[in-house]
Amino acid sequence: MLKKLIGSAALALVLAGSPAFAAELKVGSIVELSGPGAAAGVNFRDGVKMGFEEINATGGVFGSPVKISEYDSQTDPQVSRAMVQKAIDDGVHVIAGTVFSSSTVVNMLVARRAGIPQFTGSEAPSITGMGNPYIFRTAFGSQKGVPKMAKYMAEEMGVKKVAVVWANTEFGKGGYSAFKAEAANYGLEIVADIPTEQAQTDFSADVLRAKNSGADALFVYLTEEESARFLREAQKQSIGKPMIGETTLIGHKVIELAGEAAEGAMGHVGLTPDADIPAMKDMVERFKQRFNYTPDHNAIKGYTLAHIIKCVSEEVGSPDSAAIAEKMHGLTLTVEACPGVLMDVSWDETGEMSRESFFVEVKDGKQVVRAILPPN
Amino acid sequence: MAEFIQILVSGLAAGSIYALAAVGFTLLWQASQTINFAQGEFVMLPAFFVLIGMNFLGLGLWPAVGFALLLSLLILGLTFKKLIVEPMLPHGTLPLVIATIALGLLMKESVKEFYGATAQPFPPIFPQKVFHVLGASVSAQDIGNLAVSMLAILGLQLFLSRTRTGRCMQASAQNPQVAEILGVDVKRMALYTFLINAALATIASVLISPVYLAKFSNGETLGLVAFIAAIVGGFNQIRGALVGGLLIGVIDNISAVYISAQYRAAVPLLLLIAIILFRPQGLLGSKEGRAV
Repeated sequence: MLKKLIGSAALALVLAGSPAFAAELKVGSIVELSGPGAAAGVNFRDGVKMGFEEINATGGVFGSPVKISEYDSQTDPQVSRAMVQKAIDDGVHVIAGTVFSSSTVVNMLVARRAGIPQFTGSEAPSITGMGNPYIFRTAFGSQKGVPKMAKYMAEEMGVKKVAVVWANTEFGKGGYSAFKAEAANYGLEIVADIPTEQAQTDFSADVLRAKNSGADALFVYLTEEESARFLREAQKQSIGKPMIGETTLIGHKVIELAGEAAEGAMGHVGLTPDADIPAMKDMVERFKQRFNYTPDHNAIKGYTLAHIIKCVSEEVGSPDSAAIAEKMHGLTLTVEACPGVLMDVSWDETGEMSRESFFVEVKDGKQVVRAILPPN
Repeated sequence: MAEFIQILVSGLAAGSIYALAAVGFTLLWQASQTINFAQGEFVMLPAFFVLIGMNFLGLGLWPAVGFALLLSLLILGLTFKKLIVEPMLPHGTLPLVIATIALGLLMKESVKEFYGATAQPFPPIFPQKVFHVLGASVSAQDIGNLAVSMLAILGLQLFLSRTRTGRCMQASAQNPQVAEILGVDVKRMALYTFLINAALATIASVLISPVYLAKFSNGETLGLVAFIAAIVGGFNQIRGALVGGLLIGVIDNISAVYISAQYRAAVPLLLLIAIILFRPQGLLGSKEGRAV
């Protein structure tokens, strides 16, 4: 009996002393694997998965593999909230996701209460505007991207009148508000204000309103699948006006879904697999081999997120959630120090990020970079 | 004027596809008093059969459509009748309704599991041409959708009223006991009804998927809209389902343009409530008569 007791105690001491036991990093990946956000969520999930697979193949973090647990938010804010709670109950140190802003604004309160840092792919401005010290972006908030677009529309394209087509969701409202403010700054007149619903399938009336509004161009702020349906309908009605939007209008999934209808669409992207950056191109090729499809910006967000978590955790030196969150504020990660981030990136005190970005146009089924826009 | 023409054509094109699904509700109700709450999923599924034919079997578009039609007849027609309707019907309408709800969920989740949760591109059936009529841009796709749907429903009406088999189907629907005494193979006639419903669902699926994209959840909206269309038009008349579908398509577009895009989804529901209150048999339905 005594022997057994001594043996167990010795084993416990050995395990506790080993770095692998003490410092295993657990990450909860909570994304939209079904529902209207699945196009974005699956890309993000696969990016996170590939990022950590590569990290684990080279020794993991703190010398042991990172453990990833996946949860499906079903693109439902209440489900996403429950999944974040479940991940926290399962003992994760860091949360990756969600992508849809409507979910993130709800579930980030749960992570905040538990003191778990959360890296989101969402873009609604309100997310980093609530003073939550545990939320960090992996893509620009629309308040950062939209001013670049509005400026480009007014100064480079000479647009005077705009029809705004936006998703009546947290994501869409954020982009719409940001664009409205910037339109006033650049003298753009909004001649048609067209809200649409999440998972909307029939856009014939919306395209018709935009077409007959007298606008010089359309600002389209919808999520991926809705963007593709909108573009197909716009082609059907031969809209004949430039359509400009965010990543969700000209992303690779949208190009795949909309086909020829995406030709000529333009937009601002924080990350693009078609950027002339060797590390990005390499990542895109590896992703294609691993998952058999071309990654979009959400996959790149997920991939860089895995490396951000690795680098910041190693700087902290332990899987201490509070310390990781604290370290993130005001942090800059360079490609030299943390190659997996692909481009130099910084976070401010609110968790908002800053990085170079791109203005692209869809040509021959690909994003062609028209301009590199500096960080703002 | 140009704007109204365009709203009208787009609304009629979408409405004609709703009508195809709504006719399915009517047919099954007439043949076996079945309200098929999986009807939306019946329209969603054939698009994936087409994609399987094209992407996994290497078929061209039209052979893949033929392949989808065959699979639909087999699964959504024959198997549905033999495995779900026939065993459940003796237990009454409610268990059957619950069974079709369960079937719809099963179909949706199966597509999500085996084909993926994201929307899939679906090739256009008609050329991407646009015609300008009185200042309105009318697409070949809208005209094609409207024409094919109308032809399908007209063909069905002619089949039911002008052919011996069609009249036997009507007799079986109106009074199965008397029809049987007169030598009509009632079971066979019911099977034909299920097969026709499967074929109509396939046509609707192929017409609607190029714009809606193929997605496991497409049936949710389509099923609801078709159900409303069938009630509004008259659940016991094919021409009622046709009128209901067209009406819903046009009203939806008109309300989105002239009333409010945010409340567009509420307008067909308001129409449904008004019909239930003031004309429960539907616009063209009859109070007691049952005819396929």
